[in-house]
Amino acid sequence: MQILGTALLSLCVVTGLVVGRLAGAAFGLDSDLGGVGLAMILLILATDALRRRGLLTAATEGGVAFWGQIYVPIVVAMAASQNVRGALQGGWMAAFAGLAAVATAFLVMRLFGRGKDGP
Amino acid sequence: MSGGIVQEVLVRNGLLTAFAAVGLTMAFSYWASERLTRGRIHGSAIAILIGLACAAWAGGRQGVADLPALTGFGLMGGAMLRDLAIVATAFGVRLEEFIRGGAAGAAALLTGLATAFIAGGAVAIAFGYTDAVSVTTIGAGAATYIVGPVTGAALGAGSEVIALSIAAGLVKAVSVMVLTPLLARHVGLDNPRSAMVFGGLMGTNSGVMAGLAGTDPKLVPYGAMTATFYTGLGCLLGPSLFHALAKALL
Repeated sequence: MQILGTALLSLCVVTGLVVGRLAGAAFGLDSDLGGVGLAMILLILATDALRRRGLLTAATEGGVAFWGQIYVPIVVAMAASQNVRGALQGGWMAAFAGLAAVATAFLVMRLFGRGKDGP
Repeated sequence: MSGGIVQEVLVRNGLLTAFAAVGLTMAFSYWASERLTRGRIHGSAIAILIGLACAAWAGGRQGVADLPALTGFGLMGGAMLRDLAIVATAFGVRLEEFIRGGAAGAAALLTGLATAFIAGGAVAIAFGYTDAVSVTTIGAGAATYIVGPVTGAALGAGSEVIALSIAAGLVKAVSVMVLTPLLARHVGLDNPRSAMVFGGLMGTNSGVMAGLAGTDPKLVPYGAMTATFYTGLGCLLGPSLFHALAKALL
């Protein structure tokens, strides 16, 4: 059943987010610390365990895979609900600060790539 | 009269309206990608650009989601469905690939946070801010638009500085969305390991997710894996380590 896949996925997300918030709270933060990352690991481990026991049917897989395939449209909706006007109205300093961080990160990215794997 | 009824149905079924509107945007974008750019610009990158342009045109704090008929965009593109979809992209990824890129990703996280704070802080200083609290808060905004206000609130920064830090973070998120598909090839962003480094260096969740989606959707889970630690770590280090460093230097 497809709902089993979606239920498993939702369970992993909710568990990951709870643990992420608890981890954040342990450091005195009102924010999530790696919850989505943990949820991804939980999903990989859970689907792996089910597959090895032959419990992961094609329909169940479909209930997970659908949401991964709907990811790009969800990101488009996210882009359309950004405060773009706010970014444009922040003035030169905000624009420079944001762009400086992005430019530096792309530069470091180039160095990282060169250093580790060669050309 | 009939216009009012159309509006009412669209509002009541906001999520479905959003599905339909995004679907049409995607169809147009993939057509434009193939016909107008001969596949050079990814269809999803075009769709994301259209989304950003519409958000700028609508002008609300939540982009087009502030228009009554399009409130469903807020739900469709909100944190809940976004997290669900991003975790689902990890389905089919082998755990060893995350482990293999883990050390580089962790190093990239710390490097990315430090460079964002330094770059943002340097711009703040160049614009005449000299107190450690303002410089740290604006530097934090250059990390993400969540780290900025969290750090600013913890340090007691002025509301004008906090607003600037949010704007800096928004500029970062939007420019990562736009620039990543264009620059990916030049920085070697074409494999799982480099995607994990990229997620750690950029950190801005929405920027990384949309940037990678417009580059190569297969890379999304890897970038998201490291980016998911960035904001939390930034909120941890901003008011503590980075503020202490700024205070020592200024």
